[in-house]
Amino acid sequence: MTLEEFITAFADLLDETDPAEINAGTYFQELDEWSSLSNLSVIAFVKTEYGKSITVKEIRACETIEDLYNFVENAG
Amino acid sequence: MQASGDPFSLCGKTVLVTGASSGIGRQAAVSCAERGAVVIVTARREEALRQTLGALPGEGHQFICADLTRSDEREALVGRLPALDGIVHCAGVSTRMPCKLITEEHIRQVMDLNFTAQVLLQTALLKQKRLKSAASVVFLASRAMEYPSPGNAIYSASKGALAAYAKCLGLELAGRGIRVNCIRPGMVWTDLILGQGLDETELREAQLKYPLKRFGTPADVANLIVYLLSDASAWMTGSSIDLSGGGEGILV
Repeated sequence: MTLEEFITAFADLLDETDPAEINAGTYFQELDEWSSLSNLSVIAFVKTEYGKSITVKEIRACETIEDLYNFVENAG
Repeated sequence: MQASGDPFSLCGKTVLVTGASSGIGRQAAVSCAERGAVVIVTARREEALRQTLGALPGEGHQFICADLTRSDEREALVGRLPALDGIVHCAGVSTRMPCKLITEEHIRQVMDLNFTAQVLLQTALLKQKRLKSAASVVFLASRAMEYPSPGNAIYSASKGALAAYAKCLGLELAGRGIRVNCIRPGMVWTDLILGQGLDETELREAQLKYPLKRFGTPADVANLIVYLLSDASAWMTGSSIDLSGGGEGILV
């Protein structure tokens, strides 16, 4: 998945945030709608799309969406 | 039936434990063997099952590998079983998935093992007459069936379905003195809760919300399983027992 595709998919996981606000440099955990359910959504998305298992802790360690993308791409 | 005269003993009983390769299933097998039962353990993973078998005190235990979601493997398993005094259905999975992302495949994965496989295993046991009269059947449901937590929708539904099924089964088998009961644990420290992306540090904090200040251990649940299999619970059927450290309404 390219970074652009990842950003589009990420924006789709959200419900209240304008997709136009979401880009590689977005500090996603600072979004108003970010919640524990958002973490679960990312975990489920990564499991479905990448077949990889990541944890809430690992998501928290990422700051921007690009950080998250790079982490997921390189995760074991 | 009770060689020892102790109604809490499992001496002289033969018990099948599913999902015995890890977690509550493995501990249930160990605890049953400690109380004198001959235990047959089943699960998918042979290596882990061998480890469970190796942990069982006493003689006569055996393991049979089977994927309970496959009808051919269920039938083969049941075909190899002796007459049983007890069955403990511990096989189960949990994957957290927000409702917005639920797929057919997710529903199938969870329901196939947590509900369909257990129901059809039970059907095969009955058809092939593997349950002695006065046998005891134990299902592992969950507090999750009544108390929501994010991402747990299909898991909760599977456990609710299982508990509803168990009540009907209990009614149908009561005439033969066969008892059917459910346990509804709160959070228990097993790979099941650690394998869904939840952070262990957060879970350690979350358990302090339970009045007894901790999540359960597999042994906490296994002790209740032993009781439900024993003649000490001879008047119990159709029950669904909460076991949650007082954490009513709390899951995580």
